[in-house]
Amino acid sequence: MKSAVILFPGINRENDAIAALKQATGTEPTLVWHGDTELPKTDIIMVPGGFSYGDYLRCGAMAAKSPIMRAVAERAKQGVTTIGVCNGFQILTEAGLLPGALMRNASLKFICKNTHLKVENADTRFTNLYGAGEIVEYPVAHHDGNYFADSDTLDRLEGEGRVVLRYCDVDGKVDPATNLNGSQRNIAGIINEAGNVLGMMPHPENAIDPLHGGTDGRNLFKSMVEAAS
Amino acid sequence: MSSNDFNSTPITPELVKEHGLNEEEYKLVLEIMGREPNINELGIFSVMWSEHCSYKSSKKWLKTLPTKADWVIQGPGENAGVIDIGDGQAAVFKMESHNHPSFIEPYQGAATGVGGIMRDVFTMGARPVANLNALRFGEPDHPKTRHLLSGVVEGIGGYGNCMGVPTIGGETNFHASYNGNILVNAMTVGLADTDNIFYSAAAGIGNPVVYVGSKTGRDGIHGATMASAEFDDDSEEKRPTVQVGDPFTEKLLLEACLELMATDMIVAIQDMGAAGLTSSSFEMASKGGVGVELWLDKVPMREEGMTPYELMLSESQERMLMVLKPGCEDAAKAIFDKWELDFAVIGTLTDTKRMVLKWHGEVAGDLPIDPLAEASPEYDRPWEPTPKQDRIDPNSISAKVSHVDALKTLIASPDLASRRWIWEQYDHLVRGNTIVRPGGDAGVVRVEGTNKGLAATTDCTPRYVMADPVEGGKQAVAEAYRNLVATGAKPLAITDNMNFGNPERPRIMGQFVGACQGIGEACIALDFPVVSGNVSLYNETNGVGIMPTPAIGGVGLISDLGHHATIGIKRDDSALIMIGAATGELGQSLYLKTIEGREEGAPPPVDLGAEKRAGTLVRELIELGLVRTCHDIADGGLLVTVAEMCLAGNIGADLHLPEAGSEIAWLFGEDQGRYVIATRDPDKVLNAAGSANVAAVIIGQAGGDSVVIDGGDKVSLSELRELNEGWMPSFMAEAV
Repeated sequence: MKSAVILFPGINRENDAIAALKQATGTEPTLVWHGDTELPKTDIIMVPGGFSYGDYLRCGAMAAKSPIMRAVAERAKQGVTTIGVCNGFQILTEAGLLPGALMRNASLKFICKNTHLKVENADTRFTNLYGAGEIVEYPVAHHDGNYFADSDTLDRLEGEGRVVLRYCDVDGKVDPATNLNGSQRNIAGIINEAGNVLGMMPHPENAIDPLHGGTDGRNLFKSMVEAAS
Repeated sequence: MSSNDFNSTPITPELVKEHGLNEEEYKLVLEIMGREPNINELGIFSVMWSEHCSYKSSKKWLKTLPTKADWVIQGPGENAGVIDIGDGQAAVFKMESHNHPSFIEPYQGAATGVGGIMRDVFTMGARPVANLNALRFGEPDHPKTRHLLSGVVEGIGGYGNCMGVPTIGGETNFHASYNGNILVNAMTVGLADTDNIFYSAAAGIGNPVVYVGSKTGRDGIHGATMASAEFDDDSEEKRPTVQVGDPFTEKLLLEACLELMATDMIVAIQDMGAAGLTSSSFEMASKGGVGVELWLDKVPMREEGMTPYELMLSESQERMLMVLKPGCEDAAKAIFDKWELDFAVIGTLTDTKRMVLKWHGEVAGDLPIDPLAEASPEYDRPWEPTPKQDRIDPNSISAKVSHVDALKTLIASPDLASRRWIWEQYDHLVRGNTIVRPGGDAGVVRVEGTNKGLAATTDCTPRYVMADPVEGGKQAVAEAYRNLVATGAKPLAITDNMNFGNPERPRIMGQFVGACQGIGEACIALDFPVVSGNVSLYNETNGVGIMPTPAIGGVGLISDLGHHATIGIKRDDSALIMIGAATGELGQSLYLKTIEGREEGAPPPVDLGAEKRAGTLVRELIELGLVRTCHDIADGGLLVTVAEMCLAGNIGADLHLPEAGSEIAWLFGEDQGRYVIATRDPDKVLNAAGSANVAAVIIGQAGGDSVVIDGGDKVSLSELRELNEGWMPSFMAEAV
């Protein structure tokens, strides 16, 4: 099982992504520099979190134009499992691999805390080890995680089961009070039409060790590995 | 500037004064130079001899602090302190203030403070793995407090979050004495290999002097001089001297430097912090006993028309100065090209022991290095001790409110209310190694790839230091020690950030002297040496000084993360045991301040012998796996401590009252050297305490969903939580 982690200048959660992929695949992921134009042979591509290019334009906008992203888009089109977390999600939306955009949090503040999430679709290659409707707990750490898309797009995402994760409370209640950052319809993670590209704001890679205070994130990585093997 | 401008600017007494040099100091300048300095040279003397760079008022006393232990690899005098944590690894850390800039421009002031301290740590070859801070603001209802607090917190988060370094702890106080002069102290802990630590002493005549990082602009010129003067109403006009941070560039600089450090090309490296190129080049040359020639026209510049004066004094951020081995320039440059950072050879080392500044081939300055860097003024400023205050007799205080009402008031007070609003704006999880998050006694990060943990904390109780600088100095060190122990860590060393008022006032100087004495005594008794530090004086506005605030940053090591402790009660069948003795010290307590409206009395004394015994016992109990829940007793006393443990674990407790003596002193006294632990095996703990000659007594039982006083009066955890968590968000939401 091979995995690759894409590195852009300013990315800072590659350490965490590497640890999670290593735990799930049993092998060290390959690190791919943004200026490269080719990807190695890989079963999983992960675009980690951080502040690519300092988030100085729009989050993810400059990274989306990096040379390597053409190769990532190509592989994604071929069906390779591709996950973008946090800044990675922002990069994938800016690159047009996922619909919508991530805006400033409604609070206008950076938020770092654990949050509950409802697994809305457990029938994806990212979530098939979770139960349908299962409530999981991952941390978030972002300033721009407020998911936005027009209502037609949102309806389509919902209709096609592409809303994978939603912010909720411990009992699974999804409402404005449990909407962490102002996202449309509490959306925390979505997949593309083909189901092989996931973008999500929360950090499953920071919930993989009992010392993290929880291991709910492990099954997301394990799901990817099982689906790809 | 045309070629001879720097020689034609007349050096008038006014110009000398503007550069912060007094008459005597200027006489010394003339003596050292053997002639009148030109404007470039005067500017260099000015920043090198500023209080900020020269420590001229504090040096005499800092020298008395203990700095040695078997595990100390590098004590004060380098960019940061270095301690051995075993297995070929070292922890590298330091705390530094950015007080004046943060008051003038809170976001950028705090952000560049964080950026600066991280540079100090990675300059030594360490990857920063944890950030902390120690913040002091004016009273909550002061018109500036909200604006300053929100800007500072955003600035710290803005820089640290982008760098990908988790902010795992800190402390925040409010007091009127900081109304016109807030304190922003930032601390970074890094990890390095003991055989790959980098120092600043330049060596190798003819070796290239290399500039890397951001270009130099006009920002921050005379920042060090500003940090060495009192504030007045015109201080806001000094805004242009505050630097602007670029965390993205610093992230690239961090990765590029660590990549270069993995090779064998660097002889010496120093970050450009306060006083920028001047201070970095002087320190490197002075420590190495060499001379240096700088070609200032080769410095990468952000703006057109910059002068040698500006280039030498700019405090533009995200820059480093290095001496490379000869012939390594191209290979080193390739690394910086990859990270899209400037790289310029701007000079060479010479054997002249002089600094020669060249500007398009012409000499723009020529100064001797040693006299300037080492023979800077050192003052033995007159000082007077702080008069002792009387101990508060606990029996003189009678309860005006019920104990539960007092708890409710205290836990919702600005001093004790939850700081969640602050630390949730900091990424405290990035890198995936955060084991104990903010909100407990000390933050803990795993040493990557091992089962060991580094614990870190920042502590000071300024009201104690104000009332008794010696006891207060001891207490700050003891509390840092205690907070580390409470996680199960062995306390190893501290960094001190000495924030005081104007040292030219004998009473203030006396506070400094007293605090140094107390810190020194505690360091020796607790085997907890000072390995780095920073002094910030002149923290005054319009003649009103801050409370003396020697903030202590402590670092400790947990040898096995399988056995560490957190503050939250984990099981409802546990007994609560107080470790350490209490006689009922209410002087300077938060109960006295908040409930009685009195800020007075002698602060609690620190018995360093008892502190060490209690600390050793508690750490051993945690290491043995007997204790997983522990919290030190600090601000607010026993009842507040237990309430915090209940809130963190969401399990209540019933607390006994003493059979005799003052209930108020028992519940709210701030006696030092104490912990509360929860255990299901109280006999074992009590026996261990007995053999260690440490006082220990069962004080209550965990269980239920309320905090109960002796089976009677109680408050539910949900009400307590609302009070504790509610204050800061609603305070910050109020319109200014």
